[in-house]
Amino acid sequence: MCLSIPGKVIEIDGNMAKASVGGTIVKAGLHMLDDVQIGDYILIHTGFALQKISEEEALETLKLIKELQNPDNQIF
Amino acid sequence: MKFVDEFRDKSLVLELAGKIRKISKKPVVLMEVCGGHTMAIRRFGIPSLLPSNIKLLSGPGCPVCVTSRRYIDQAVAYARRKDIIIATYGDLIRVPGSTSSLAGERGNGADIRVVYSTLDAIEMARQNPGKSLIFLGIGFETTTPSSAIAIREAQKSGTDNFLLFSAHKLMPPAMAALIDEGIKIDGYIGPGHVTAIAGADMYQELAEKYRLAIVVSGFEPVDIMQTIYMLVRQVESDEPKVEVQYRRAVTAKGNPAAKRIVSEVFEQRDDWWRGLGILKDSGLGIKSAFAQYDAEKQIEVKVEEAIEPKGCICGEVLKGIRSPLECKLFARACTPSNPVGACMVSNEGACQAFYRYGN
Repeated sequence: MCLSIPGKVIEIDGNMAKASVGGTIVKAGLHMLDDVQIGDYILIHTGFALQKISEEEALETLKLIKELQNPDNQIF
Repeated sequence: MKFVDEFRDKSLVLELAGKIRKISKKPVVLMEVCGGHTMAIRRFGIPSLLPSNIKLLSGPGCPVCVTSRRYIDQAVAYARRKDIIIATYGDLIRVPGSTSSLAGERGNGADIRVVYSTLDAIEMARQNPGKSLIFLGIGFETTTPSSAIAIREAQKSGTDNFLLFSAHKLMPPAMAALIDEGIKIDGYIGPGHVTAIAGADMYQELAEKYRLAIVVSGFEPVDIMQTIYMLVRQVESDEPKVEVQYRRAVTAKGNPAAKRIVSEVFEQRDDWWRGLGILKDSGLGIKSAFAQYDAEKQIEVKVEEAIEPKGCICGEVLKGIRSPLECKLFARACTPSNPVGACMVSNEGACQAFYRYGN
């Protein structure tokens, strides 16, 4: 029920956006967000954008995991 | 960056599995709250990557699973009226009521339509001015804003034949109730999209009061493994607190505009949860200022006495105290194509997850 998918905003018309989700175009209401731009990634749930997705934070998360890697930790 | 593939990187998943094995010494029981996590954990085979001292339990975060039979029965009663159109998300259609279901009523000619968005439901109401359209509003913090926006849009556009039948619920009261009931867990895998709206600060009280580790997680395998690593680290150091793994979508405060619109339209009320019973202030009803859009206030129907199915242990599965595999009906009388209980109907219910992906 809470399933939400990331999509890239390709068009904005008033408070409705069109976003590309892996090439499929879906509509997303922008009623809950006021600073969405074309090119932003948004999290789409039941036809509404819930949040903007932060690329900076995503890269930081992946960086943190990669920092865990050091030869002492190779269990497999 | 696609925000999906990067978080399905097998080498990172295995790296995290190694790290978890290295730091995990104590027995640890973790519960995933969200049905989306239940499905992802089974689908990606996460339990097989964990050492045997880490146990994962499924919790009460599947809206279709916790919704009462009485709600389904009342929706069925609405659907039987010729002057009403029912609009709903697809999940609810096949949930059995006491003696019927929305799918069954549709077979009998009731006008029941599946919508992608509440805005589609508003449009349907506009196109059918001679009938009332009732949207079945179920779901947690993630989904409630869509319903609140629909009521505001109906008001703005003068769509007076749009009504909402609310079974919206709040997650934290159920997370607290499980601990109050004596369910022993060390930490929660926190629901990512609920928290994208509500904000991670909502769990501070819960973490402090019950000394619980809570890490809000994304839904890809790397996300879930990193979350388990963070939870185990908290348990090992005996420093339970609220952390966010899903930082690309979740902040401490959530989405303030969404929270504002929800609080304008809805107010807290006591609500019933399968397995947990009535929990104080755990549900959301429509405020009296918007009563003209409240199906419960506007349309009275006679509802049959609710009967729970015999032998179904969905309520105990939702509390993590029994596994779907312990149910006598599982995979015999109860399957996804012919479900007896709500936990098998929903594609995020624990019973369906076990049925589809095994233990």
